[in-house]
Amino acid sequence: MTDKMEMERRLGIVISGSLTQGVQVKLDPAKSVEDIAVGRYVAIKGEKKRFFGMITDVSLEAVDPRALVMPPDISDPFIAKVVSGTTIFGKLRVLPMQTISGAVAGEGEGPQPARTVPAHFSQVELASQADVESVFGKEDACRFHIGTPLDMETKICLDMVELVKRSNGVFGKSGTGKTFLTRMLLIGMMQKSNSTSLIFDMHNEYGWEGTSEKEHKVKGLKQLFPGSVAVFSLDENYDRRRKVKSDFTVKIGYDEIEPEDIQMLRPVLNLTEASVQAVYELAKEFTDEKWLERTLQAFESDSSGLVEKLKIHEGTWRNLRRGLRQLTRFKFLVRQAPEDTVKTILEYIGSGKSVVLQFGGYDDIAAYVLVANLLTRRIYNQWREKVDRSLAEDSKEPDQLVITIEEAHRFLNPEIASQTIFGKIAREMRKYRVTILVIDQRPSGIDEEVMSQLGTKIICLLDNEKDVDAVLTGVAGKNELKAVLSKLESKQQALIFGHALPMPVVVKIREYGSAESYKELGPLIGGSSRKSTGKPDDLWS
Amino acid sequence: MDLGKQFAEVIETSNSEFLAQCYELDGVPALGSLVKTRSRDCEIYALVYASGTHSIEPGRRIVARGQGATSPADVFKANPQLAKLLCSDFRALVVGHDRGGVMRQYLPPSPAGIYAFVYSCKPEEVRIFTGSLDFLSLLIDSRLPVATDEVIAAFLRLASLTHQAPQEFLIKAGQGLAWLLSNDIRRLDSILKRLRI
Ligand SMILES: Nc1ncnc2c1ncn2[C@@H]1O[C@H](COP(=O)(O)OP(=O)(O)OP(=O)(O)O)[C@@H](O)[C@H]1O
Ligand SMILES: [Mg+2]
Repeated sequence: MTDKMEMERRLGIVISGSLTQGVQVKLDPAKSVEDIAVGRYVAIKGEKKRFFGMITDVSLEAVDPRALVMPPDISDPFIAKVVSGTTIFGKLRVLPMQTISGAVAGEGEGPQPARTVPAHFSQVELASQADVESVFGKEDACRFHIGTPLDMETKICLDMVELVKRSNGVFGKSGTGKTFLTRMLLIGMMQKSNSTSLIFDMHNEYGWEGTSEKEHKVKGLKQLFPGSVAVFSLDENYDRRRKVKSDFTVKIGYDEIEPEDIQMLRPVLNLTEASVQAVYELAKEFTDEKWLERTLQAFESDSSGLVEKLKIHEGTWRNLRRGLRQLTRFKFLVRQAPEDTVKTILEYIGSGKSVVLQFGGYDDIAAYVLVANLLTRRIYNQWREKVDRSLAEDSKEPDQLVITIEEAHRFLNPEIASQTIFGKIAREMRKYRVTILVIDQRPSGIDEEVMSQLGTKIICLLDNEKDVDAVLTGVAGKNELKAVLSKLESKQQALIFGHALPMPVVVKIREYGSAESYKELGPLIGGSSRKSTGKPDDLWS
Repeated sequence: MDLGKQFAEVIETSNSEFLAQCYELDGVPALGSLVKTRSRDCEIYALVYASGTHSIEPGRRIVARGQGATSPADVFKANPQLAKLLCSDFRALVVGHDRGGVMRQYLPPSPAGIYAFVYSCKPEEVRIFTGSLDFLSLLIDSRLPVATDEVIAAFLRLASLTHQAPQEFLIKAGQGLAWLLSNDIRRLDSILKRLRI
């Protein structure tokens, strides 16, 4: 590196600080605080080690407080130039996060979490490409390029193999880029890890074309990787309108719905506790799988006998009727499903194909909660058996299954997280090789324990204090990260931390949607090792 | 030593300053200019901080003689003895020395020699001398009978012209002053205002 470049990268020197609070860095006179962004990476040349850290605060200081009361005449550009950096100066707070042994980038063993701080007056400079690479690793067979750090061209990569081993979360308020980001995560999982995805696609954004706010269409996973992705649809009419042909049309029989499913729908159907209780009573009364169908019939006829027998309060019965009747709007619910959706999904997944379940016109939270819960519960049970069997037979374990849900707080709020299948998967972690990827605008609505189990969190801008607290609970350097988080841009920027990477990072998320971006995403390199076989491929052709 | 013009002689000396008499009447150097002379063991650099012209004999006052003359030169023409009765001299503050080719911006071990010749410094020498700004602390701390800040500003202005980028030099010097005067913003401000060229 030339001296000039080094001078340009140099920011200042360490003047004080601590490991927990971060070190204070006096900014060189030639550097303007206005050019510094919170979240940027810096390298500190300690006496023995090179430290890698993140800027978490920027402040203005004066050598003598009197200078602030009687400021020098900075309307004179000459005087302004002289006093900035001397009489008055900028100060940065840097949180040292990793040490890269050897004072030169790229030398010595791999990065280690920082356990001390650099010595007084150590030089601080903007992190170089080599620094970032030595901390985050290069794009390779298991690392997926997710974006770039602020003001740098270097690639930040996530270890997809590590990522899929645990449940993960993508959070951020509406319009911050969660869906765009998730599309790329899903592609990364397909390319770089031996995992297969099941995506509950409420807004029809993952399979076929999704729209961008800029009004042009962006490609879905099926279009980019037709051989590795199958689209299942709940709504043929929607498919017809959009002129797409899905791989499978999902029908769910009333006989597949269990009282637990209704319980999960309590808030969305506005059911009372008593109504839920009544549902269990009714299921017991009708004994078989036809309980729901019969209950719906009972609403239409004289039901006084039944109501009396089960001692259901009249108000409860009305509440139940109003609630359950909403289900009849869903045309994908039939008396009995012609084909076994769960079995078909598992076949596809077993052959290495990811499945996008598209809700079509039913982009309704009740439909979403019902279908996602119902299918996942049964898929999980079968998957678990399969894993147990393969363990017993000592045969090859199935690949990892990753289930993606949006509006995650509907499934994982504290009231129901202990009962839902999603809560269970999140808590059991990787035991059964199933993990979830949750996407949500309101993380504060998600059960705390579930949040703490998420391996990697990807957080776009959040402006609600409660949501910010929820995502950062239990994270080291919480206050610093909070400052960073609040300064994210409103789109396409995220703070990422957790198992899949060595330290928290603010990333400008990779562009998705241009022809070039598709080309850069490339083919399914990793996926080629487990070529899809047999039936599903044939089905598609 | 590459000598500049020899133009004066030391007639009173101490570690920190000297008085020198010019060979020519009115031949005093500009306020704040860098001059050099010698001591027993080194070359001494000093800054002119006060200068003037007066009668040789302390008791004898000069009287006005130019009534009716068209210029001061006419006065000297009409009274040739005057040149012998008057002298010009200046005081200079020692700011550094050069011993064996190494420039040091602090006081020399011995004062300038009496009758040592005083030379003006060439622009190149000024540029080299001001390559380091360590002399500023000596200047800031010296208590001169004249306004020290005027001398500092005058020197820096003159010195800046010997540098390729005068403005850059002044900014650097200003920053050096800002460090030294971090507890006296008012003084800093007043010097900086005098640095504009
Ligand atoms: N990585 C990206 N590449 C290109 N455009 C992006 C990217 N991220 C976000 N955008 C732009 O931001 C818009 C909003 O992104 P997106 O639909 O992913 O938001 P969201 O967080 O999923 O919102 P909601 O919570 O309402 O679903 C997109 O339509 C697109 O124009
Ligand atoms: Mg979205």
